[in-house]
Amino acid sequence: MNVAFEYVNKTLIARIEGDIDHHSCDAIRKRMDNEILEKNPRNLIFDMDMVGFMDSSGIGVLLGRYKQIAGQGGKIAMIKVKPQVKRICEICGLQKIIPVYQDKRQAIENIKEC
Amino acid sequence: MKIDNEMKLEFLSRSQNESFARSVVAAFVAQLDPTIEELSEVKTAVSEAVTNAIIHGYECGNGNVVIIARIIGDSVEIVVQDQGKGIDDIEAARQPLYTSKPELERSGMGFTVMETFMDQVEVESQPGIGTTIRMYKSFKTE
Repeated sequence: MNVAFEYVNKTLIARIEGDIDHHSCDAIRKRMDNEILEKNPRNLIFDMDMVGFMDSSGIGVLLGRYKQIAGQGGKIAMIKVKPQVKRICEICGLQKIIPVYQDKRQAIENIKEC
Repeated sequence: MKIDNEMKLEFLSRSQNESFARSVVAAFVAQLDPTIEELSEVKTAVSEAVTNAIIHGYECGNGNVVIIARIIGDSVEIVVQDQGKGIDDIEAARQPLYTSKPELERSGMGFTVMETFMDQVEVESQPGIGTTIRMYKSFKTE
Protein backbone atom coordinates (compact mmCIF):
# COMPACT_ATOMS: atom_id res chain seq x y z
CA MET A 1 0.00 0.00 0.00
CA ASN A 2 1.35 3.37 -0.97
CA VAL A 3 -0.04 6.88 -1.16
CA ALA A 4 1.81 9.35 -3.39
CA PHE A 5 1.24 13.08 -3.01
CA GLU A 6 1.28 15.94 -5.46
CA TYR A 7 0.26 19.58 -5.10
CA VAL A 8 -1.38 21.97 -7.52
CA ASN A 9 -1.36 25.25 -5.64
CA LYS A 10 -3.21 24.54 -2.37
CA THR A 11 -4.86 21.36 -3.64
CA LEU A 12 -3.42 18.06 -2.45
CA ILE A 13 -3.74 15.16 -4.88
CA ALA A 14 -3.44 11.82 -3.10
CA ARG A 15 -2.79 8.87 -5.40
CA ILE A 16 -3.72 5.71 -3.54
CA GLU A 17 -2.25 2.45 -4.83
CA GLY A 18 -3.75 -0.97 -4.02
CA ASP A 19 -6.89 -2.35 -2.39
CA ILE A 20 -8.61 -0.23 0.25
CA ASP A 21 -9.98 -2.53 2.95
CA HIS A 22 -9.88 -2.77 6.73
CA HIS A 23 -6.29 -4.06 6.56
CA SER A 24 -4.89 -1.22 4.45
CA CYS A 25 -7.06 1.64 5.70
CA ASP A 26 -5.02 2.32 8.85
CA ALA A 27 -1.84 2.90 6.83
CA ILE A 28 -3.68 5.09 4.29
CA ARG A 29 -5.29 7.12 7.07
CA LYS A 30 -1.94 7.71 8.81
CA ARG A 31 -0.13 8.68 5.58
CA MET A 32 -2.88 11.11 4.65
CA ASP A 33 -3.30 12.64 8.09
CA ASN A 34 0.45 13.25 8.41
CA GLU A 35 0.49 14.98 5.05
CA ILE A 36 -2.60 17.08 5.84
CA LEU A 37 -1.19 18.06 9.24
CA GLU A 38 2.20 18.98 7.80
CA LYS A 39 1.14 20.83 4.63
CA ASN A 40 -2.35 22.04 5.56
CA PRO A 41 -3.85 21.84 2.04
CA ARG A 42 -7.05 23.71 1.25
CA ASN A 43 -8.57 21.10 -1.08
CA LEU A 44 -8.10 17.36 -1.55
CA ILE A 45 -8.42 15.15 -4.62
CA PHE A 46 -8.31 11.35 -4.31
CA ASP A 47 -6.72 9.82 -7.41
CA MET A 48 -8.27 6.32 -7.50
CA ASP A 49 -6.68 5.13 -10.74
CA MET A 50 -4.64 2.43 -8.97
CA VAL A 51 -7.43 1.26 -6.64
CA GLY A 52 -8.99 -1.92 -8.02
CA PHE A 53 -10.98 -2.84 -4.92
CA MET A 54 -12.57 -0.95 -2.07
CA ASP A 55 -15.07 -2.05 0.60
CA SER A 56 -16.98 -0.06 3.21
CA SER A 57 -13.81 0.35 5.31
CA GLY A 58 -12.60 2.63 2.50
CA ILE A 59 -15.80 4.67 2.72
CA GLY A 60 -14.90 5.36 6.37
CA VAL A 61 -11.43 6.60 5.34
CA LEU A 62 -12.75 8.87 2.58
CA LEU A 63 -15.48 10.27 4.83
CA GLY A 64 -13.01 10.96 7.62
CA ARG A 65 -10.77 13.02 5.30
CA TYR A 66 -13.86 14.73 3.86
CA LYS A 67 -14.80 15.93 7.35
CA GLN A 68 -11.28 17.30 7.93
CA ILE A 69 -11.07 19.22 4.66
CA ALA A 70 -14.71 20.33 4.42
CA GLY A 71 -14.58 21.38 8.09
CA GLN A 72 -11.91 23.92 7.12
CA GLY A 73 -13.99 25.17 4.18
CA GLY A 74 -12.07 23.17 1.55
CA LYS A 75 -13.36 21.10 -1.37
CA ILE A 76 -12.86 17.39 -1.95
CA ALA A 77 -13.17 15.26 -5.08
CA MET A 78 -12.30 11.87 -6.57
CA ILE A 79 -10.84 11.15 -9.99
CA LYS A 80 -10.27 8.08 -12.20
CA VAL A 81 -12.68 5.93 -10.21
CA LYS A 82 -12.99 2.29 -11.33
CA PRO A 83 -16.46 0.65 -11.64
CA GLN A 84 -16.29 -1.47 -8.44
CA VAL A 85 -15.19 1.53 -6.38
CA LYS A 86 -17.81 3.77 -8.01
CA ARG A 87 -20.52 1.23 -7.22
CA ILE A 88 -19.71 1.06 -3.50
CA CYS A 89 -19.52 4.87 -3.32
CA GLU A 90 -23.00 5.07 -4.88
CA ILE A 91 -24.48 2.52 -2.47
CA CYS A 92 -23.10 4.49 0.46
CA GLY A 93 -24.24 7.84 -1.00
CA LEU A 94 -20.68 9.17 -1.09
CA GLN A 95 -20.98 10.75 -4.53
CA LYS A 96 -23.47 13.25 -3.05
CA ILE A 97 -20.70 14.84 -0.99
CA ILE A 98 -17.53 13.83 -2.84
CA PRO A 99 -18.00 14.52 -6.58
CA VAL A 100 -16.28 12.26 -9.11
CA TYR A 101 -14.40 13.74 -12.07
CA GLN A 102 -12.64 12.12 -14.99
CA ASP A 103 -9.19 13.51 -14.37
CA LYS A 104 -7.06 15.98 -12.45
CA ARG A 105 -7.64 18.88 -14.81
CA GLN A 106 -11.43 18.58 -14.66
CA ALA A 107 -11.42 18.21 -10.86
CA ILE A 108 -9.19 21.26 -10.35
CA GLU A 109 -11.35 23.38 -12.67
CA ASN A 110 -14.49 22.41 -10.75
CA ILE A 111 -12.89 23.02 -7.38
CA LYS A 112 -11.86 26.53 -8.54
CA GLU A 113 -15.40 27.35 -9.64
CA CYS A 114 -16.87 26.53 -6.23
CA MET B 1 -30.99 -29.37 -2.98
CA LYS B 2 -28.04 -31.17 -4.51
CA ILE B 3 -24.67 -29.62 -3.72
CA ASP B 4 -22.53 -29.52 -6.87
CA ASN B 5 -19.36 -28.32 -5.20
CA GLU B 6 -18.20 -27.18 -1.78
CA MET B 7 -15.13 -25.65 -0.16
CA LYS B 8 -14.16 -24.73 3.38
CA LEU B 9 -11.55 -22.19 4.40
CA GLU B 10 -10.39 -21.51 7.96
CA PHE B 11 -7.96 -18.79 8.95
CA LEU B 12 -6.83 -16.72 11.90
CA SER B 13 -8.63 -13.42 12.44
CA ARG B 14 -5.88 -11.26 10.98
CA SER B 15 -6.68 -8.31 8.75
CA GLN B 16 -4.01 -9.55 6.30
CA ASN B 17 -6.37 -12.46 5.54
CA GLU B 18 -9.24 -10.24 4.31
CA SER B 19 -7.74 -9.95 0.84
CA PHE B 20 -6.82 -13.66 0.83
CA ALA B 21 -10.35 -14.70 1.85
CA ARG B 22 -12.20 -12.65 -0.76
CA SER B 23 -9.79 -13.79 -3.50
CA VAL B 24 -10.26 -17.48 -2.59
CA VAL B 25 -14.06 -17.20 -2.62
CA ALA B 26 -13.97 -15.29 -5.93
CA ALA B 27 -11.76 -18.00 -7.45
CA PHE B 28 -14.21 -20.69 -6.26
CA VAL B 29 -17.24 -18.79 -7.57
CA ALA B 30 -15.50 -18.24 -10.94
CA GLN B 31 -16.57 -21.76 -12.00
CA LEU B 32 -20.15 -20.41 -12.30
CA ASP B 33 -18.87 -18.09 -15.05
CA PRO B 34 -20.00 -14.82 -13.43
CA THR B 35 -19.52 -11.42 -15.03
CA ILE B 36 -16.68 -9.24 -13.72
CA GLU B 37 -19.28 -7.11 -11.98
CA GLU B 38 -20.89 -10.12 -10.26
CA LEU B 39 -17.48 -11.36 -9.13
CA SER B 40 -16.69 -7.91 -7.69
CA GLU B 41 -20.00 -8.02 -5.81
CA VAL B 42 -19.15 -11.39 -4.25
CA LYS B 43 -15.65 -10.22 -3.30
CA THR B 44 -17.01 -7.08 -1.68
CA ALA B 45 -19.72 -8.93 0.28
CA VAL B 46 -17.16 -11.50 1.55
CA SER B 47 -14.78 -8.70 2.50
CA GLU B 48 -17.51 -7.03 4.57
CA ALA B 49 -18.48 -10.26 6.36
CA VAL B 50 -14.87 -11.20 7.13
CA THR B 51 -14.05 -7.67 8.31
CA ASN B 52 -17.06 -7.80 10.66
CA ALA B 53 -15.84 -11.12 12.10
CA ILE B 54 -12.35 -9.69 12.72
CA ILE B 55 -13.32 -6.26 14.06
CA HIS B 56 -16.60 -6.98 15.83
CA GLY B 57 -16.61 -10.75 16.43
CA TYR B 58 -13.07 -11.04 17.75
CA GLU B 59 -12.51 -7.31 18.40
CA CYS B 60 -9.15 -7.67 16.60
CA GLY B 61 -8.08 -10.46 19.00
CA ASN B 62 -7.40 -14.12 18.26
CA GLY B 63 -9.94 -16.51 16.85
CA ASN B 64 -10.69 -18.44 13.70
CA VAL B 65 -12.90 -17.33 10.85
CA VAL B 66 -14.50 -20.10 8.79
CA ILE B 67 -15.86 -19.68 5.28
CA ILE B 68 -17.89 -22.40 3.59
CA ALA B 69 -18.98 -21.89 0.00
CA ARG B 70 -21.40 -24.22 -1.78
CA ILE B 71 -22.39 -24.27 -5.40
CA ILE B 72 -25.95 -25.46 -6.00
CA GLY B 73 -26.96 -25.26 -9.64
CA ASP B 74 -26.33 -21.71 -10.83
CA SER B 75 -26.23 -20.32 -7.28
CA VAL B 76 -23.68 -19.95 -4.53
CA GLU B 77 -24.21 -20.06 -0.78
CA ILE B 78 -21.43 -18.41 1.22
CA VAL B 79 -21.27 -18.92 4.98
CA VAL B 80 -18.95 -16.77 7.11
CA GLN B 81 -18.67 -17.88 10.74
CA ASP B 82 -16.89 -16.67 13.82
CA GLN B 83 -16.97 -17.79 17.43
CA GLY B 84 -16.57 -14.30 18.76
CA LYS B 85 -18.64 -12.06 20.99
CA GLY B 86 -21.82 -12.14 18.88
CA ILE B 87 -24.20 -9.32 17.99
CA ASP B 88 -26.50 -7.98 20.72
CA ASP B 89 -29.05 -6.41 18.38
CA ILE B 90 -29.03 -7.85 14.85
CA GLU B 91 -31.76 -5.51 13.58
CA ALA B 92 -29.78 -2.45 14.69
CA ALA B 93 -26.54 -3.86 13.22
CA ARG B 94 -28.24 -4.27 9.83
CA GLN B 95 -29.35 -0.63 9.67
CA PRO B 96 -27.39 1.59 7.26
CA LEU B 97 -24.84 3.83 9.02
CA TYR B 98 -25.11 1.87 12.28
CA THR B 99 -21.76 1.24 13.93
CA SER B 100 -20.98 -0.05 17.39
CA LYS B 101 -17.49 1.42 17.08
CA PRO B 102 -17.82 5.08 16.02
CA GLU B 103 -14.32 5.79 17.35
CA LEU B 104 -12.85 3.58 14.59
CA GLU B 105 -14.13 5.75 11.70
CA ARG B 106 -16.30 2.89 10.42
CA SER B 107 -18.93 3.73 7.83
CA GLY B 108 -21.58 1.41 9.28
CA MET B 109 -22.45 0.24 5.77
CA GLY B 110 -21.17 -3.36 5.93
CA PHE B 111 -24.53 -5.15 6.07
CA THR B 112 -26.08 -2.72 3.57
CA VAL B 113 -23.30 -3.56 1.11
CA MET B 114 -23.77 -7.32 1.66
CA GLU B 115 -27.54 -6.98 1.18
CA THR B 116 -27.12 -4.88 -1.97
CA PHE B 117 -24.59 -7.18 -3.62
CA MET B 118 -26.09 -10.56 -2.69
CA ASP B 119 -29.62 -11.88 -3.36
CA GLN B 120 -30.24 -12.82 0.26
CA VAL B 121 -28.37 -12.34 3.55
CA GLU B 122 -29.24 -14.17 6.78
CA VAL B 123 -27.63 -13.39 10.13
CA GLU B 124 -27.62 -15.72 13.12
CA SER B 125 -25.86 -14.55 16.25
CA GLN B 126 -25.75 -15.32 19.94
CA PRO B 127 -23.86 -13.13 22.39
CA GLY B 128 -20.81 -15.03 23.65
CA ILE B 129 -21.23 -17.82 21.08
CA GLY B 130 -20.56 -16.20 17.73
CA THR B 131 -22.05 -15.06 14.45
CA THR B 132 -22.93 -16.87 11.23
CA ILE B 133 -23.69 -14.92 8.07
CA ARG B 134 -25.25 -16.81 5.14
CA MET B 135 -25.33 -15.11 1.77
CA TYR B 136 -26.89 -16.38 -1.44
CA LYS B 137 -26.45 -15.28 -5.02
CA SER B 138 -27.64 -16.68 -8.35
CA PHE B 139 -25.78 -16.26 -11.61
CA LYS B 140 -28.00 -16.24 -14.62
CA THR B 141 -26.38 -18.00 -17.52
CA GLU B 142 -27.40 -16.35 -20.79
